[in-house]
Amino acid sequence: MMALLIRDLKLAFRAGGGFGLGLAFFLIVTVLVPFSVGPQSQLLSTIAPGVLWLGALLACLLSLDRLLALDWEDGSLDLLATAPLPLEGIVSIKALAHWITTGLPLVLAAPVLGVLLNLAPAGYLWVVISLALGTPALSVIGTFGAALTVGLKRGGLLLSLLVLPLYVPTLIFGAEVARRGAEAMDTTTPLLMLAGISAGVIALLPFASAAVLRVNLR
Amino acid sequence: MSLWEYANPKKFLATSEKVLPFFWAAAAVCLVVGLVWGFFFTPDDFRQGSTVKIIYLHVPAAMMAINIWVMMLVTSLIWIIRRHHVSALAARAAAPVGIVMTLIALATGAIWGQPMWGTWWAWDPRLTSFLILFLFYLGYVALWEAIENPDTAADLTSVLCLVGSVFALLSRYAVLFWNQGLHQGASLSLDKEENVADVFYFPLLVCIAGFVFLFVALVLYRTGTEIRARRIKALMARERVQA
Repeated sequence: MMALLIRDLKLAFRAGGGFGLGLAFFLIVTVLVPFSVGPQSQLLSTIAPGVLWLGALLACLLSLDRLLALDWEDGSLDLLATAPLPLEGIVSIKALAHWITTGLPLVLAAPVLGVLLNLAPAGYLWVVISLALGTPALSVIGTFGAALTVGLKRGGLLLSLLVLPLYVPTLIFGAEVARRGAEAMDTTTPLLMLAGISAGVIALLPFASAAVLRVNLR
Repeated sequence: MSLWEYANPKKFLATSEKVLPFFWAAAAVCLVVGLVWGFFFTPDDFRQGSTVKIIYLHVPAAMMAINIWVMMLVTSLIWIIRRHHVSALAARAAAPVGIVMTLIALATGAIWGQPMWGTWWAWDPRLTSFLILFLFYLGYVALWEAIENPDTAADLTSVLCLVGSVFALLSRYAVLFWNQGLHQGASLSLDKEENVADVFYFPLLVCIAGFVFLFVALVLYRTGTEIRARRIKALMARERVQA
């Protein structure tokens, strides 16, 4: 399992890998928002938590179609499927690698970009916490979407269409935690819901992903 | 005699052809009676005027939109567990009907909302969850269309339907949490004091029955079409092999 994780990470970090793509996209989105809505600091600080969450979600979505497609194309997915490791484990590792290369940088970059959006001082901590809790769920759900569409040529649009409604609950609760945190309100309920979604999704969805991957590899 | 006999496509086709005329007739009678009764023989509402009559399309369509998804969930489960092709085809046949029902509910809701709430659209929990349901239907149908191998498509869409159901429920709760909206609460429950007045209630029940019959007829008909389409494909494949 470790070997697979290290392999995926190496592939992502080296040239031609997807690392940095999501991060760059996140940067572009958040930097462009003030240009499009205007530089009023009051307005920016109101929408800052939502914009950060939206940027993170779109950045995740952007890198999903590389998640399994490359391994599918060169046949290494078939080899992995015949390996002694259960497919559920492989899928989980893939999701973890995706999170380390996409989700984690987003979590770390969010406070820096928060400055550009004039995020309220109380909000920094909560934005980081909510993203740290929520982005694993985004990665795992995204892996499910990638597993569904892996056999398709030009599955990118379909992947977004399938994953979009699945992302809604995570987005709502995550952005709610960040917003409440920025306005110095009580964050307990949405935070627990967000953590619950992440935990549930990480526990259950790899089985669904592995099941559809098996069908696709048949 | 058990339900599983109808997993045999031939048996299914024979029986569904026998009962289909009755369902078409029942749907036509109920819809004509319900809609004419509702549109022309019920009084205008005290506050809403004649716009209240949108209820005869809006409520049944919305109920069906949700129930069709549940029906697809059940047939998907049957496909995954017992692998009856008719079941998977029934789910496939039902999905476009579900899309239309969701669209009717959203469109009539917007038309109703404009004079009543002063806006076509509000990010109200019910409206939002219907929009999400609509996206789920679209994704489901798109996935069916995208995959060539019918068995693979049936498997993948079934899993999507299962996962989607969980997330649809989750979204329903999430949007409730997110915004308290303009839409009224349940007003057709059997055990509640405050319901729609009887004058509107009975024609509405007839309309709902009409929508249910229409849906059953459409699904039986469309499933039959799917079965025949698959037979034709099999025959053509056989011919190609022999030639």
